[in-house]
Amino acid sequence: MEGMYAFCVGLLTACGIFLALRGRTFSVVIGLTLLSYAVNLFLFASGRLKLNAAAVLEQSEQYSDPLPQALVLTAIVIGFAMTAFVVILAMRARADLGNDHVDGTIPEQPNNTTQKSGGSQ
Amino acid sequence: MQHLSIFPILIPLLFGTIMLLPPISRDIHAQRVTSIIGTLFLLISSAFLLYQINNQGVQLYALGGWQAPFGIALVADKVSGLLVLLTAFLAFAVMLYAVAGQDKGGAYFHPLFMFQIMGINGAFLTGDIFNLFVFFEVLLIASYALLIHAGGKQKTQAALHYVILNLVGSSLFLFGLGILYGTLGTLNMADMAIKVGQLQGETATLAKTGALLLLVVFGLKAAMLPMHFWLPKTYASASAPVAALFAIMTKVGVYSIFRVYTVVFGEHAGELANIATPWLWPLALLTITIGSIGVLASPGIKTLSANLVIVSSGSLLACAAINSEAATSAALYYMVHSTLASAGLFLLADIMARQRGKAEDRFVRSRPFVQPRLLGFAFAILALALVGMPPLSGFVGKIMILQATQSTAQTMWVWPLILLGSLAALVTFSRAGTTLFWRHNGTVLAEAEPAKPMEIASIALLLLAAPILVLFGGAVSEFTLQAAHYLHDIQSSAYALLPGVTP
Repeated sequence: MEGMYAFCVGLLTACGIFLALRGRTFSVVIGLTLLSYAVNLFLFASGRLKLNAAAVLEQSEQYSDPLPQALVLTAIVIGFAMTAFVVILAMRARADLGNDHVDGTIPEQPNNTTQKSGGSQ
Repeated sequence: MQHLSIFPILIPLLFGTIMLLPPISRDIHAQRVTSIIGTLFLLISSAFLLYQINNQGVQLYALGGWQAPFGIALVADKVSGLLVLLTAFLAFAVMLYAVAGQDKGGAYFHPLFMFQIMGINGAFLTGDIFNLFVFFEVLLIASYALLIHAGGKQKTQAALHYVILNLVGSSLFLFGLGILYGTLGTLNMADMAIKVGQLQGETATLAKTGALLLLVVFGLKAAMLPMHFWLPKTYASASAPVAALFAIMTKVGVYSIFRVYTVVFGEHAGELANIATPWLWPLALLTITIGSIGVLASPGIKTLSANLVIVSSGSLLACAAINSEAATSAALYYMVHSTLASAGLFLLADIMARQRGKAEDRFVRSRPFVQPRLLGFAFAILALALVGMPPLSGFVGKIMILQATQSTAQTMWVWPLILLGSLAALVTFSRAGTTLFWRHNGTVLAEAEPAKPMEIASIALLLLAAPILVLFGGAVSEFTLQAAHYLHDIQSSAYALLPGVTP
């Protein structure tokens, strides 16, 4: 269980970082969302993974740590608000700057094949 | 009074909420009056809090009566008291400037300003590392919205970088917190300080990973070297009162570095003792260098002030790297000085830009100022303070930092860099001053309006701090030394902060 869980968190983080490093705001926003999912799962696991261990008194023999669950709830709420804000900001940037690149300008490609007017003309 | 330590968080929260509600939210004049009253209340209660801390020692406030380490605690010691008072004073001065007309650029300036102050004060006062995260987010989300206040292409572009960087930073913060909670089993800083010494082997390595992840996050906030690229553009494009308030934001990062890496991972932390120091040394020195190069290359006053913020961050990080009581004390003094002086420069840059027409704040030949004497006087005082010339507070602050170096190797690295940084600032300020005040053509701009009395009062308040910090230098430095002593001597007082735990 732990190995599977760790693999999933790692995969989500890797995908999140890869997408956050892209140049377009849409993929960056998706990357940030994946990263925040990975963070939430990771925080949840910081109280150790246990089976049949409720966080409510008198429900089970052993108890899991309730604090990470409270932390995850806080992190989810904050992450949700931040994602909403960054989506609106990305749309505003698209409108203000005329393109969806994070730098506000689309960088020139050094070997852009579409701009080559070859000998066919 | 028992509840005094939560007032710096509650007052901005209440006033911010009131200003969102109908009778006041429609009327800009009512909002202005409310904001001034709010920041004045904040100033008074912060001053009382500091007085109380000074007389009765550290104030521990358990929210809802739940005792630490299980409940959430606010710890108002001398360091946080001083910085909360600094924030309140800065907020009052900046608000005086904003109500003169800069707040009209967009809706909700006043509530957002209050929420940002609430976040900053909360980050200074909290004794719990998860709440540090929560208050970071409060101040960040308010700062995102404040940054695009008054709109414009420049601001949107800068805000996009700033928001994305800080969102990644928040994720890293939570990863770090998760690792530390998983290894230490607590998030209360005093409790962490006690437990961190017992870590061994694999757990210690894991905790080290978490602690260094946190250093990345705090470094991002404090504009430490590889993470400083966002700062000049963000600060230079923000509107004047917002940029002036942001002057304290890098200090929140530096404060967190001091708090976490002296209290939790300090001398006594066993295998994890002083883990940040080997990283802080090169990064702090390189931050000063790159900041000074930026200062020399600045094309306008706003970019110049932003680069000066990077230099001061670098100097403060160097103090954190020296890691002694004298250095922490010097850092606290320098923090107060540099926050107020750079906020003053941001405000002055805005007045100058408005009187020069198209030239704005760039160092080019332009029309003369409407009020050359007044602006020149203010500029000269700010330049003296920021360069670190003798009669003003910058000089005392830099001397304190230079004296705090302990070994020859430290002196060899810190002295030349800080002194060359001052030289770079001196060169740039002389160049800027001659261009701005003496190289003119044409007549005074027809539509240029002189600075309003409120704006002059605001800048005067910030300027007054420089001579006052020198006149009462003895008392202030004695206070910062006591504050630094408390920060470094946490082992003897940690149990006092944890009523429910016995040694």
